[in-house]
Amino acid sequence: MFAMANMPAPPEPAATPLRLAGVTKRFRIAKREITALGDVHAETSPGLVTGLIGPDGAGKTTLMRLVAGLLSLDEGRIEVFGTDVSTEALKVQGMISYMPQRFGLYEDLTVQENLDLYADLNGVPQADRSASYTELLHMTGLAPFTSRLAGRLSGGMKQKLGLACTLIRPPRLLLLDEPTVGVDPVSRRELWQIVDHLVRQAGMSVLLSTAYLDEAERCDEVLLLHEGQLIGSGQPEAFTQTMAGRSFHAHAPGVPKRALQAVLTATPGVTDALIQGEAVRLVLDEGTTPETIQPPGVSGLALSPVAPRFEDRFVDLLRAQNGAKPRAALSPPPSGGSSTAMRAAIEVAHLTKRFGAFTAVDDISFTVKRGEIFGLLGANGAGKSTTFRMLCGLLPATGGQLKVDGYDLRRAAAAARGRLGYMAQKFSLYGDLSVLQNLHFFAAAYGLRGARRNERINWALSEFELAPFADATSRDLPLGFKQRLALACALMHEPDILFLDEPTSGVDPLARREFWQRINALAEGGVTVLVTTHFMDEAEYCDHLVIMAQGRILATGTSEALKHAARSSALPDPTMEDAFIALIHADSGQEQAA
Amino acid sequence: MNEPLMRLRGLIRKESLQILRDPSSIAIAFILPALLLLLFGYGVSLDARHVRLGLVVDAPSVAASSFTASFRQSPYFNPRDFANEPAAAQALAQRQIDGFLWLRSDFARKLSTGQSPPIGLYVNGIDANNARLIENYVQQSWAGWVARQAALAGVANPTPIAVEPRIWFNPAVRSRDYLVPGLIAVIMTLTGALLTALVVAREWERGTMEALMVTKVSMHEILASKIVPYFLLGMGGMVVSVLIAVFLFGVPLLGSLIVLGLASALFMLASLGMGLLISNVAKNQFVAGQIAIITTFLPAFILSGFIFDISSMPLPIRIITHIVAARYFVAILQTLFLAGTVWSVLLPNLAALLIMAVLFLGAARLTAHKRLD
Amino acid sequence: MLARLLALIVKEFLTILRDSKSRAVLIGPPLIQLMVFGYAASFDLNHVPFAVYDQDQSSYSRDLVADFAGSPTFQQVAVLHSPERIRSLIDSRKVDMVLDIDPRYTRDLLTNRPAPVQIIVDGRNSNSALLILGYANDIITSASEEWSKSHGGVAPLARLVSRALYNPNLDSHWFIIPGIVALLTQVITLLVVGLSVAREREAGTFDQILVTPLRPLDILIGKSLPGLVIGLVEGSVVILATHFWFDVPLEGGLAQLYTGMFLFTAAVTGIGLMISSLATTQQQALLGAFLFMVPSIILSGFATPIANMPVAVQYLTWLNPMRYVLDVVRDCFLGQPSFAMLMPDYAAMAALACVSLAAAGWLFRKRAV
Repeated sequence: MFAMANMPAPPEPAATPLRLAGVTKRFRIAKREITALGDVHAETSPGLVTGLIGPDGAGKTTLMRLVAGLLSLDEGRIEVFGTDVSTEALKVQGMISYMPQRFGLYEDLTVQENLDLYADLNGVPQADRSASYTELLHMTGLAPFTSRLAGRLSGGMKQKLGLACTLIRPPRLLLLDEPTVGVDPVSRRELWQIVDHLVRQAGMSVLLSTAYLDEAERCDEVLLLHEGQLIGSGQPEAFTQTMAGRSFHAHAPGVPKRALQAVLTATPGVTDALIQGEAVRLVLDEGTTPETIQPPGVSGLALSPVAPRFEDRFVDLLRAQNGAKPRAALSPPPSGGSSTAMRAAIEVAHLTKRFGAFTAVDDISFTVKRGEIFGLLGANGAGKSTTFRMLCGLLPATGGQLKVDGYDLRRAAAAARGRLGYMAQKFSLYGDLSVLQNLHFFAAAYGLRGARRNERINWALSEFELAPFADATSRDLPLGFKQRLALACALMHEPDILFLDEPTSGVDPLARREFWQRINALAEGGVTVLVTTHFMDEAEYCDHLVIMAQGRILATGTSEALKHAARSSALPDPTMEDAFIALIHADSGQEQAA
Repeated sequence: MNEPLMRLRGLIRKESLQILRDPSSIAIAFILPALLLLLFGYGVSLDARHVRLGLVVDAPSVAASSFTASFRQSPYFNPRDFANEPAAAQALAQRQIDGFLWLRSDFARKLSTGQSPPIGLYVNGIDANNARLIENYVQQSWAGWVARQAALAGVANPTPIAVEPRIWFNPAVRSRDYLVPGLIAVIMTLTGALLTALVVAREWERGTMEALMVTKVSMHEILASKIVPYFLLGMGGMVVSVLIAVFLFGVPLLGSLIVLGLASALFMLASLGMGLLISNVAKNQFVAGQIAIITTFLPAFILSGFIFDISSMPLPIRIITHIVAARYFVAILQTLFLAGTVWSVLLPNLAALLIMAVLFLGAARLTAHKRLD
Repeated sequence: MLARLLALIVKEFLTILRDSKSRAVLIGPPLIQLMVFGYAASFDLNHVPFAVYDQDQSSYSRDLVADFAGSPTFQQVAVLHSPERIRSLIDSRKVDMVLDIDPRYTRDLLTNRPAPVQIIVDGRNSNSALLILGYANDIITSASEEWSKSHGGVAPLARLVSRALYNPNLDSHWFIIPGIVALLTQVITLLVVGLSVAREREAGTFDQILVTPLRPLDILIGKSLPGLVIGLVEGSVVILATHFWFDVPLEGGLAQLYTGMFLFTAAVTGIGLMISSLATTQQQALLGAFLFMVPSIILSGFATPIANMPVAVQYLTWLNPMRYVLDVVRDCFLGQPSFAMLMPDYAAMAALACVSLAAAGWLFRKRAV
């Protein structure tokens, strides 16, 4: 497929690309010492893709920077092909290339100028450049855009340009720090093709970090990091294999999927229960047989075995670490407004938003029913955030109608906003305020007072298990707790409609499960939930989905229906991501035909 | 081409392209200086002209008119008559006039009988500097009138000592002529320290510095690549400022252009060193901007002798001014513009600038590490 | 509704005061500026180095030299015996002034002819030059009178008796330091208010509060009150320091002073909110505040009189709240103004406050809700 002209001679097989021995790194933040990495021991194999897997805050970036010689070690030793990073950083930097998060590109330079810069920095002789440029531009598909400013490229193109810049002088070890964050599934696939090719053809060793657990399965070997500890390493298949015979699809006639999931999660012997399409995906505790699963009040439970996934093992490991399972009992969900049950919760017709000449949202229409979990899916820049902000009344629409609970929030009286809850991206909280102060503020902002306010604040503290942190500054909370606090603030006034913008980005799989459990309970109680996400697997939680690209709606329907549409002989059991990619391909095909 | 040279070329080319494409660099390097120069050139003047002076003559007489006439004709005064002293005092309190002269009803009588009548001058002392200048102007006018009256009457000059003032270098005593050259030092501080600190902090913020550091680039090369383009940019701003000063504001430039260039280059290097030093400490633009304003911009303004006289400051402050590079540059600029190439001033100040440049650049190098922590 | 407003205001204070970085911005830089300005910014001259070239060498000429050397303004650093060194001493800035006494000094003095004395001044700093000349004139004039009196000469035709009101010793610290009250109040209020909306935009919490039932007017009030309070508190600290640390008398009524300070802070708050509504990042807000602050200080009469500016520029200063508050603060420190006398300043600041707050409220609506 591709040919690399100036690849280095394959390294002698004996050399270990990366050897970590007792690696420890601590940071001091606000007078507290935080162990970012604690006593990590590991080795990687040459000519393979090693995945560094873990949620945000696990220590992935710290480890990458240590390997690149950008941070000094507190304890331990790191060797790159036998060279100690601490003592010979420059020599190591001659053997590696590193793509930091956000790709390290100069946004006010063009594609060609970025390439020239990195060629100069890496001392690539003038004579070798044109061949190498041609090849890299061909490989990344950037050839038509050489004179475009890097800042004007899409996320996927930036990522590929960042990669091209690190490959101008092909390194022996390539470090990629979260290269797939914020990139749409199509670009993610293309990146993986390039990485696979580099490893296969050029014998390069790659260390790649990611928070997406499904990407682990594409790696040759993985290092699992959680809160600075290495909790596992080896081949992903081996991880997945240990879970063999523990994963099932569960059906129970007459029991709604959310109720079933809630019951199953609380059932002894169940490690994990997730909604997947119309079924509930179960992972059983080790040594538990399907027959012993007896959820109370459910009859006719049918379990059919499914193939284990990498994520199953990760959750299993985390459960083993954390001990307890999430709280089973959920306090009674707030009752939704039954008097207005007839009306659709959200109606959008021919909604359009233009920023100057750029059309961010192009004539979209959809309806959200009461008590439904409604998902807006799409890559960055697809227009889902813009749509979301227009619905909340934060942006004026250029054209079309939109009604939330019967109001256009941009024009409605302030009181109309009292019916909805909103949780912004990045869990927007007042970082300088304590947990309790945040709760107090939002309770007052939503007009709660006196005994009612105290009651709701106490509810939030106990329901979200925030009481031990009541006086902690919210900026210093772990991400999962920030997410809980943000949700608690949004639910202070028991809204009928809940808006969630990327509510789970970066948090670990356990926190995500817990979060969705709460959302499910709210939906069961009649609350309408509108959620945006770029995690394709989270689409499974939604009753109804809209998939957006370039400001338009590509498809609407249930996740089952969307997956069904993507089914083919080559893909008998497509995932949500497969379905998404199929839709994108179909769309760009049409565009070219037109 | 060998590798280090190639790396340097790449970095400098990148930096220059970024300057050309980033409107905020251009704004800080050219628009802000022009704005400051115009503001100062037109807005700031210590020369009291058109002093609003009240005149109170209780009993009109020939002598009184001859005295007040000297104020009515002077370009320095905008006289305004008041019927009596309380009215003038009221106007003074309401800031409608800056001061007033009061000739009492017995003025003519005492004058003719040689009783030496007092002439009251009342100034609003709140703006002490301005008040003092007004007093001086009035005193000169009074002395002129006394001498003329004496000559007319054929009396011997009653002022036994005759002062002959000679103001060298700035005979027109225009405050613009010394403020504008001094301002060039402030402006170059903006480009040198503030802009550089912001630009490097931006690289940290955007994560591009991280990518640079993992290449084989050495810290020397990174620093050199920041110094060269911003040096040229700062010198460009300097040339623009000098042109505005000379051709728009008509400030004389008597000294050697070569020395001016040399001094500017040394000062620019010291400022760049300061800017790089700040960016090594503060890795986000917000903090870097604040530190740069407090440690470079403010001292260049207040402690450089640009507006306020250093020798009149209290001793501890005088000592502090010695570590303000702008102090030496202001001395050089005021001398080169108004006095000419006076080596006895230039040499020690040039030497001090050289030491400052070496010191700050050296400190910037020592605090720059190819590490993030 | 009041409860919501109160919650907003409490939240705003907590955000500013709980973060050590923003606490530092409120305390560190103002203190440094107060000290630096307070001690360094002065137009007064003392210890002016001067040289004497006494060609007369008589007891009379030595008396005159002694008058200069004895004055606190002047400090004799050199005695010259030839004119050649005058040039080099002034060129090299070793002296700012040379007192050149003519060889005919004693002869002319005794024969009732004007005895010539030359004062040579370094004009590189024209302001200092004029002041030095003024001081020298004062000394020579009193020496003249002294001579006339003791030698039975004619009394001068008329005497000039000058009196400076409000600041009898013409101490320019009394002018500059009360100005710092206005300057620092402006800087702090602008930073607190100007960054507050931009900071919430960056953190995403601004969207969060816009989605709550709070109305834009509530948010406007919630955002302005803390700036107002912090500006006034900081201003009061500087007022105390001005009076008790720098010993500037405080003659006028506090009621008049604080009426002016309140209206000024309100106007600056409005301007800060306008900047903040237009900026999307703290960066831009800081740059915007800086771009407003520099011209507003230069064109306020803080260091140089507005009357010296070209007429067009003088009209421009009418839009600058700081020019009015400077008048109020200086009058209140050094004089005893009545409310009626300050009414024009109050009215101008009140008008600016109304316009800027209304504009900020409009920008809020336009940019946000």
